Amino acid sequence: MTTDSVQVRVEKVDFSYEATHVLIEVDLTITRGDFLAIIGPNGSGKSTLLKIILGLLPVQQGNVILFGQEPAHFSQWSKIGYVPQTIAHSGVLFPASVEEVVAMGLLSKKKFPKILRHRDKESVEKALERVNMNDFRRRRIGELSGGQQQRIFIARAIVNEPEILFLDEPTAGVDAETQQRFYEMLDMLNKDHDITIVMVTHDVGIVTKHVNKVACLNQRLVFHGTHDEFCSSSVVQDILKGEHHLVCHRH
Amino acid sequence: MEAIFSYGFMQRALIAGLAVAVTCAILGVFLILRKDAMIGHGLAHVTFGGVALGLFLQVTPILAAMAVSVLAALGILKLKEKAGLYEDTALGIFASVGMATGIILVSLAGSFNVNLLSFLFGNILAIELFEVWLSLGLTVAVLLTVSLFYHELFYLTFDPESAATAGIKVKRLEAVLAVLSAVTVVLGMKVVGILLVAALVVIPSAAGLMLAGNFRQAMLISAVVAILSVFLGLLSAFYWDLPASGSIVMLSFLFFLMLFAVRVLKRRVNRVKSGILS
Repeated sequence: MTTDSVQVRVEKVDFSYEATHVLIEVDLTITRGDFLAIIGPNGSGKSTLLKIILGLLPVQQGNVILFGQEPAHFSQWSKIGYVPQTIAHSGVLFPASVEEVVAMGLLSKKKFPKILRHRDKESVEKALERVNMNDFRRRRIGELSGGQQQRIFIARAIVNEPEILFLDEPTAGVDAETQQRFYEMLDMLNKDHDITIVMVTHDVGIVTKHVNKVACLNQRLVFHGTHDEFCSSSVVQDILKGEHHLVCHRH
Repeated sequence: MEAIFSYGFMQRALIAGLAVAVTCAILGVFLILRKDAMIGHGLAHVTFGGVALGLFLQVTPILAAMAVSVLAALGILKLKEKAGLYEDTALGIFASVGMATGIILVSLAGSFNVNLLSFLFGNILAIELFEVWLSLGLTVAVLLTVSLFYHELFYLTFDPESAATAGIKVKRLEAVLAVLSAVTVVLGMKVVGILLVAALVVIPSAAGLMLAGNFRQAMLISAVVAILSVFLGLLSAFYWDLPASGSIVMLSFLFFLMLFAVRVLKRRVNRVKSGILS
């Protein structure tokens, strides 16, 4: 593993909410080309870890290095795409078209004053094409289904052509068929467009068919390795016992 | 109609009223979509304390109210962040304390009740020249801020968490919005009074959201509704001797109902067209 290929390094990170420990001495390295699933039982600290990496929560103890910088001083935002678990205000009344929502993703590249130019429209169209949603570009975001909205949020996250895409529970509340298409799209972004993908998920069964790396959290990092190592790991099987039916096979 | 606006007090009322109306409408769109619509209501209560403090200390009430309101708006953000409270709880605390401060000061002084009533119910026809300049200055500040930070404010309003991962200084922009809201509420107080200023922030913007296809349209329609409400409200005050504040708010509500009806009709027509309804 060369230094250049390391995009995220998490070292001995602890985090607690009040008196509750959420993460204890977590070490994790994410390298270029990874399609990494971060899994674990409820309350295991998956989303918290993602938020610490992205600088949305402070590093209380330990170190996080993102493209060579600490999150608190990070400035290379255009290298990052993020799809959060829920979008705060994407209700029916929100007067934003799909195009406008995707264009938001271009702001990380712009200097003050951040103005969107006509040529930015091409980037928006390209991103919508990648997620197969170009026909919906003039629709209001609130009129779309949950699965369609998720595709739009992915388009927003990749419109800048980021090097790494973080997703927090992207398929929550989405039906099985849509989930399958969604993972195929992530596969395509990872393999054809060389975007590293880091996905927090509960969906262990389906995810193991698509990802090439798995990190299992249970406050501590109990496993980090390849898909094959994951499938044969008894530690992980014990932790997930009863919560998930694990199917380890590839297409 | 020309005759009405030949009076100095009517000119001042019209200029300040329209300026405050546009500001309230534009900021209102952001506040409503961020689910912060009640900030106008809460800050109006704080403003009552500020006005009472100004009268008590014999300082220009509107300036005292502005200082108190800005500090409260920033305090609400800090309290929310540090104590982990929901915004409406932090707002509720500050609103109650502001109101309580006003009541205590009124009771201690006991001599400025008439003055205070004009702030409670608004007195746009008695607006002073420096208040007109303040209103115009605020409008320019709001329009400039919204123009320069339009995309950041739009992103922040839609999805603050992702906005932070796009390098947008979320806390700083939230503080800017809070300060502008506080100043707007204080100036709006002269137009419609402490008791009704929240309506000027909420109703025209809610009306704009009924028909807008995108964010810019929402701000434009809201501003038009607010301008018409203030203009027609002033006319009704002049011709029929109605209170301007109440008329402005009732007119904006009427516009809201009209746009709401158009929205319902539009949806019905679309459903019929798409075959969902016969």
